[in-house]
Amino acid sequence: MTPETTLTAAPKTAAPATEGDPLVRVRNLKMYFPIYRGVLRRQVGEVKAVDDLSFDIFRGETLGLVGESGCGKSSAGRAILRLYDVTDGQILLDGTDIAPLSGRELRRLRPEMQMIFQDPQASLNPRMTVASIIAEPLDEHRRLDRRARMERVFELMDAVGLDRDFANRFPHEFSGGQRQRIGIARALALNPKFIVCDEPIAALDVSIQAQVVNLLEDLQERMGLTYLFISHDLSMVRHLATRVAVMYLGRIMEIGSRDQLYDDPRHPYTQALLSAVPEPDPAAESDRHRIILEGDVPSPANPPEGCNFCTRCPQVKDICKRETPAFRQMSDGRFIACHLV
Amino acid sequence: MTETSMDIQPQRSQWLDVWDQFKTHRGAVIGMLFFITVCLLVLLGPHLWPIDPHTIDIRAKNQGPTLAHPMGTDQLGRDTFAQVLAGGQVSLAVGVVAMLISLFLGSLIGVLAGYFRRIDGLLMRLTDLFLALPLLPLLLVIIMLFRDTLRASFGPNAGIFILIVFVIGITSWMQTARIVRGDVLALKEQEFVLAARSIGTPPHRMILRHVLPNVLSPIMVSATLGIANAIITESALSFLGLGFPSDFPTWGRLLFDSTNFMTLNPERVIWPGLAISLTVLSVNYMGDGLRDALDPRIRGR
Repeated sequence: MTPETTLTAAPKTAAPATEGDPLVRVRNLKMYFPIYRGVLRRQVGEVKAVDDLSFDIFRGETLGLVGESGCGKSSAGRAILRLYDVTDGQILLDGTDIAPLSGRELRRLRPEMQMIFQDPQASLNPRMTVASIIAEPLDEHRRLDRRARMERVFELMDAVGLDRDFANRFPHEFSGGQRQRIGIARALALNPKFIVCDEPIAALDVSIQAQVVNLLEDLQERMGLTYLFISHDLSMVRHLATRVAVMYLGRIMEIGSRDQLYDDPRHPYTQALLSAVPEPDPAAESDRHRIILEGDVPSPANPPEGCNFCTRCPQVKDICKRETPAFRQMSDGRFIACHLV
Repeated sequence: MTETSMDIQPQRSQWLDVWDQFKTHRGAVIGMLFFITVCLLVLLGPHLWPIDPHTIDIRAKNQGPTLAHPMGTDQLGRDTFAQVLAGGQVSLAVGVVAMLISLFLGSLIGVLAGYFRRIDGLLMRLTDLFLALPLLPLLLVIIMLFRDTLRASFGPNAGIFILIVFVIGITSWMQTARIVRGDVLALKEQEFVLAARSIGTPPHRMILRHVLPNVLSPIMVSATLGIANAIITESALSFLGLGFPSDFPTWGRLLFDSTNFMTLNPERVIWPGLAISLTVLSVNYMGDGLRDALDPRIRGR
């Protein structure tokens, strides 16, 4: 079940991903949330938000993680950053398994990995000034005197394109795009290697989305960052990502380079998902063939036998309802969990 | 929060902003002026007003308001105005100190219960337990048990003051705890708390930096209500003969002493009652203004 990594990331930026040099290796990651019921609050089951994820993220690349709402994308991102106590599995960051760590050991590794949040309003403490928000990571991990601390805050504000005069303002005085820049500056404060972007543009205007995405790309180029870019915006992921993973009901269905996946989706779920992306060209749009899935996503507390997608798959076979498909590597390098390919 | 001595922008003290916002709340300013006046009156009044509250002048008993006794006299001829001034000292002190105790307990238990899931059940059952206790019998027992020891070690008045303040404090924190816990639970799910966790902020700094400042509003409201509650509970205790000694005037004591003479001298009930209600009202307005002024989202609007 543990796939060997020979995947080649399609290099997009000037600093190409070194082949076979993963920064983050996730192995059989499971994140189950217990369900308590009844008077005695006994555990009656668990929500399998993330079920057996295995993938690598190479240095300097952007791995796009796509899937519909509730498929476990955000839970996966948070579990990888150890914002949750994972149920099982390994998360190797630069060779160190951070899954079993806690307390001080985990805190020491926090500067290496940071997160950019979806809702720029909720991710900033309304009672703190911009300067103190950006300086919080510095206060926690660096011993800086006041002058050096402010210098660093201003440096970060310059890097994300915020006016230095804003330092003593409060988050509510800013627009969504500016707030997201504050969040990005905070994430960059400790020079992390790895950043999880949890739908960083979903709450923004389309015009602002482009600005923020360009900023993220620019920062990646300058600072050699590695992104896990969680999104349900398939066209944005196509623009930004070097490789893409498709999730459904807590599992990865297909993972491959961006071009492989968008040009030739193999997994029935990927095909259905990509068929929902509108084409900008009206001629192409008119004969776009949409695959419409029947029914609803099953509850992650009670996933179906066999393949998680078997209840809605248009090409379902008998074996799909009995056996969980293995996560296999194809000849072209991508990984797929499906009996049919 | 941040002091920037850089040349980029002139740093303005946040407390100056808070004061500017507070000034725009008219009710709060009036409330504060009134509260300051009451405090000055009860602190300085007994030194300026020539009549001692304990002087008995039996020939001038049960008088209505006159020039010599602007609030009249009681059934023993003691000057009501002097008594209201002297009683205010005790009532305000009891109100403020008991409020601080109950606020501290309530916020502590509320924040701990809301933030640490492991002790939530235990602390909330403790809160329920205190809520379910019949308050008056409990107060009776506590005061019976500890009155004499405390009086012996701190003197009669200081001893009973400590006892009353403590007893009111530990029996009135439950509402605060529940409200604060609810707010902390909601706050804990906010993304900025998650962001702080991804930075590696340890729990105690998380509480001080992110949680407490954001539950300030309910705490402020509880504080203003707490003063009123403490003053009134103290009156009830005095009425039962468990509070301060009978020759030691407080607003509550005056109120209850006067109830027997309500048909004869209705104004005797009105004066201490008015003092209690107006003080409580002014504190409420002050708390309202302060809460708004401390919230940066409202400030500057």
